[in-house]
Amino acid sequence: MWVLLAVAVVVIGFALKINSMLVVAVAGIVAGLIAHLSPMKIVEAFGTGFAGSRSVTIFVVVLPVIGLIERYGLQHQARQLIGKLRGLTTGRLLASYLLIRQLTAAVGLNAVGGPAQAVRPIVAPMSEAAAERAHGPLSERMREKVRSYAASADTVGLFFGEDIFVAIGSILLITGFVDTTYHLKLDPLQIAIWAIPTAICAFLVHGFRMLRLDGQLARMAAEDSPEPVEPLAAEDTKDEVAAR
Amino acid sequence: MIKVEWFYWVCAAFFAIVALIRLTDSGDKKRFGSAAFWGILAFAFVYGTFVVAKTAPPAVEGFAVLGLAGLAGLGFPGKGAEESSSVEERRVLAGRFGNKLFIPALIIPLVAVFFGAVLSKVEVGGVLLLEKGTATIIGLGVGALVALVVGMALFRVKSPVVPFREGDRLLGHIGWAAILPQFLATLGLLFAAAGVGKVVGDMTNAVLPKGVLLLAVIVYCVGMAVFTIVMGNAFAAFPVMTAAVGWPILVTQFHGNPPAVFAIGMLAGFCGTLVTPMAANFNLVPAALLELKDQYGPIKAQIPTAIPLLGANIAIMFLFAFPG
Repeated sequence: MWVLLAVAVVVIGFALKINSMLVVAVAGIVAGLIAHLSPMKIVEAFGTGFAGSRSVTIFVVVLPVIGLIERYGLQHQARQLIGKLRGLTTGRLLASYLLIRQLTAAVGLNAVGGPAQAVRPIVAPMSEAAAERAHGPLSERMREKVRSYAASADTVGLFFGEDIFVAIGSILLITGFVDTTYHLKLDPLQIAIWAIPTAICAFLVHGFRMLRLDGQLARMAAEDSPEPVEPLAAEDTKDEVAAR
Repeated sequence: MIKVEWFYWVCAAFFAIVALIRLTDSGDKKRFGSAAFWGILAFAFVYGTFVVAKTAPPAVEGFAVLGLAGLAGLGFPGKGAEESSSVEERRVLAGRFGNKLFIPALIIPLVAVFFGAVLSKVEVGGVLLLEKGTATIIGLGVGALVALVVGMALFRVKSPVVPFREGDRLLGHIGWAAILPQFLATLGLLFAAAGVGKVVGDMTNAVLPKGVLLLAVIVYCVGMAVFTIVMGNAFAAFPVMTAAVGWPILVTQFHGNPPAVFAIGMLAGFCGTLVTPMAANFNLVPAALLELKDQYGPIKAQIPTAIPLLGANIAIMFLFAFPG
């Protein structure tokens, strides 16, 4: 039963937002002590495990290329392309953005979207403009709803697109973990293929909900009186790379 | 035979270059700690080759790894340099290069999939050309190098320093989180040594009616989602739930197809990420950026998708990941 202590360290440590690297180190040491390994054996286990799972971190080899194309204007070009969705209704625009986000993430282009890179400067303002075209000035809860849905299209698209790309932490973690722990020889491509059915379901479910937004906004517009709210100014915000 | 170890050395070279860039950046307040972090990591990637080949003592690697954890705990590596092209320059460059900007990026997955699906089966003189089980990873390394050369030619980049400075910028943003997945994979080995999987698996077995596959699938997927909600991170939930249910019950007992079980299990965890304020990067930061009054607005927009999607993951795993 004591081995559960090691699991508890991980759960509590992450929940308390203690530095994740320290949490994992402590959990490993606790697990080793429970297994009656000598301190030296625990250190060796860290070494063997880390050496055996280097494949997990190989995604870093793409960073110089991604950084280079960002330097030469990737995000601006992506915004240009997203801008072509202008003229669609709010729901259709967000459903289209969801698809774009999934497809680009599936080929490793995580950097074309993101709350700071795309949602704030272009997707949210465009969605609001589309809603205003259809329903006139927006009430506060309509505005909140449109912005929240814009953020959700970005996040859902990323989560259920990126796992189709082989060089992503989650895929490599799976192969690294099971290869090291259970002595399998899984290829990342085998894992990535199995992310496709869920990606399609995510598009159908979330895309359908985006399309229903137009009707919901129409109902809200009939009920509410608009309140003047400062619209989001399109602006360039700092690029940001977040790790899952 | 092309060995995957070569590409670990390419990664090591990249880390070493980043360490050097940090060390020589006098404007970076954390430069020594950051350089130490990336430098030790470069060492661990090279030395790891000999650990795997059992020609060097693993304790040295172990101390290096614990050193990395310690540096991360002290707040290293820092963000480093932000310098890149300016917003105005990017606007002009995007106008000049247009959709050509996507070409280098698209090369990477195309090459990786070509290696993984086609070259993985090629034999030269009766020996597999690419080391077994690593074809896609080798393809990824080759793809990245090809894309780099193509990108530099396309954009007429003269100095090879440019892409590495940009790589340093991106790696600085990611920080120690870049090796967290690898570190979690390492934890799996210690969990296995301590018998975490056996104990939790026995407990699950005692609770679960024996032999009911659907229930076991539900426990794995819902468990991934719940642990992710609590921890804010599906990566951390994966070793726990896989040691407890995924491996001992779904794969060993029910003979599930490992890639399908693990891939879908991870995605079930992502359904948890969609609804937890613990994943602040994805759920709270956008609310702040969009100046929402309700900071849980994005989460509320995501809950009605996360729940049916969790159901879909359970159904997909139950229907397609098991024999018969």
